[in-house]
Amino acid sequence: MNLSKLTIESAHKGLMKKEFSAVELAKFYLDKIEKENKEINDFLEITDKLAIKQAKKVDDKISQRGKIGEIEGIPVAIKDNILVEAYKTTSGSKILENYIAPYDATAVRKLKEAGAVIVGKTNLDEFAMGSSTENSAFGVVKNPIDKTRVPGGSSGGSAAAVTANHCLVALGSDTGGSVRQPAAFCGVVGFKPSYGMVSRYGLIALASSLDQIGTFGKTIGDAKLIFDVIKGKDEMDSTTIPDAKIKKSSIEYENLRIGILKGCFSDELVKNFEETGAEIEEVGIPHLDDALAVYYIIMPAEASANLARYDGIKYGFRPKADQPRAGSLLDHYLKSRAEGFGEEPRRRIMLGTYVLSAGYRDAYYGKAQKVRALIKKEFDEIFKRVDVILAPTTPTPAFKIGEKKDPLSMYLSDIYTVPANLAGLPAISIPIGKENGLPIGLQIIGPQFYDELVFEVAQIFGQLSK
Amino acid sequence: MISKEQVEHIAKLARIELTKKEKEKFSNELSAILDYIDKLNQVNTGNIRPIQQITGLDNVARNDIAKTNNQDTRNKILEQAPEKKDNYFKVPKIFE
Repeated sequence: MNLSKLTIESAHKGLMKKEFSAVELAKFYLDKIEKENKEINDFLEITDKLAIKQAKKVDDKISQRGKIGEIEGIPVAIKDNILVEAYKTTSGSKILENYIAPYDATAVRKLKEAGAVIVGKTNLDEFAMGSSTENSAFGVVKNPIDKTRVPGGSSGGSAAAVTANHCLVALGSDTGGSVRQPAAFCGVVGFKPSYGMVSRYGLIALASSLDQIGTFGKTIGDAKLIFDVIKGKDEMDSTTIPDAKIKKSSIEYENLRIGILKGCFSDELVKNFEETGAEIEEVGIPHLDDALAVYYIIMPAEASANLARYDGIKYGFRPKADQPRAGSLLDHYLKSRAEGFGEEPRRRIMLGTYVLSAGYRDAYYGKAQKVRALIKKEFDEIFKRVDVILAPTTPTPAFKIGEKKDPLSMYLSDIYTVPANLAGLPAISIPIGKENGLPIGLQIIGPQFYDELVFEVAQIFGQLSK
Repeated sequence: MISKEQVEHIAKLARIELTKKEKEKFSNELSAILDYIDKLNQVNTGNIRPIQQITGLDNVARNDIAKTNNQDTRNKILEQAPEKKDNYFKVPKIFE
């Protein structure tokens, strides 16, 4: 049995038929991480004790009842900005280097209850700020497909882990593309749910009005199975939506109307799209250029407020020279935050503080919220004509480590992913082929709360790359 | 263009200490980013109401009942603090 080719479905069958035990399955992944993590650096912590404990439980259940749920025994990795109780959650930052999660995030609790086996915590850009996973305080993550290149970010560790067979599926978080973009760079599937589908309780906040926990898998089916486990209303996150708002869909191929983003796809690819039998129409993403500008106001503004809590008093990090009785409280804050935060968080805190400061708030933040409303409205208009929109996930395949030096050029790599976050829409990135040996992603964006539809359409277009 | 003085002012508001070199660097970088986002001024938003919440939910309330079984979690949260006394976070003194 080749364990590296498993999907959730085949792993489940293998466990049920006793071709391998849950402990053997967990050990296969744990050993592989142990061996390869030094080079790839996709894991910050291997939760082997927890994994073996969970796997044993699953094995007991199989031998006692002969039957287990579909997710039971499935090895999953968790991005290190999502809390797993009793384990470190650093968010890739020195300021949280010793922070031990006091409780489980809702998504993690649901995975545990479903019997998933948590193998480790994955590396990320500090506080999920970045598009390359070069900003982690704990070192750069390498793309397993080409180790001179970045895996994308900020969930680069999770994407790399799925590609490298260090887990079967993984959780990430997506504020402006942080699941979809690394999925595209690493040649796997990455799904960002509609805002409000998955509880953010226990997710370390970057920009609260944009953040969603998303899923990675080798197949569209795997990404969906894990999403189905973690979704749902949660009283600990009042922005989660009630089930009644979720749109059911069952599409008919011949009536499917697909919008493709103008000027982004080759004639050959468009012809492939047409062969699916769907009706294809060119559309423009409203204010595509403006969306990025809106994002780089709203995201840092919310981040600067969210990161105000790291003050060197409530959490682990405190500069050595700064004893509590020496110096003023202000000095204490200034020093803790100067030393605890890396460059990118400081840059975004500065930017966010500026756009929210007296005299600038209306001109920047107020204006951005208006353009955001405009973008949402124009998406609504497009979705009256088409069922989903196809777009590239990224402007380029994975770039070289160290290639993008100035912040603005890095920010521009989010251009196709940011609009879905601003409008709260579900979007998936699926592998669609390769360019010079590097994977490229196709993005499918659906109407709000039509997450099911996005998966269904993805299944159709996923066939194209085969 | 945002000046070095403005950078110093924002850094103080944000409670972040910057080195001299960083002040210059941030002044340049933030200016470039602000130039980019200034393009929003070209967008006509005359009668558009700003977005407050993307899901359309409002006034989400729950019963106002205290949970009593969270002492364990509270202790775990307190354990994270660099300094604590009894059930409190310890902070540098504010008054002389």
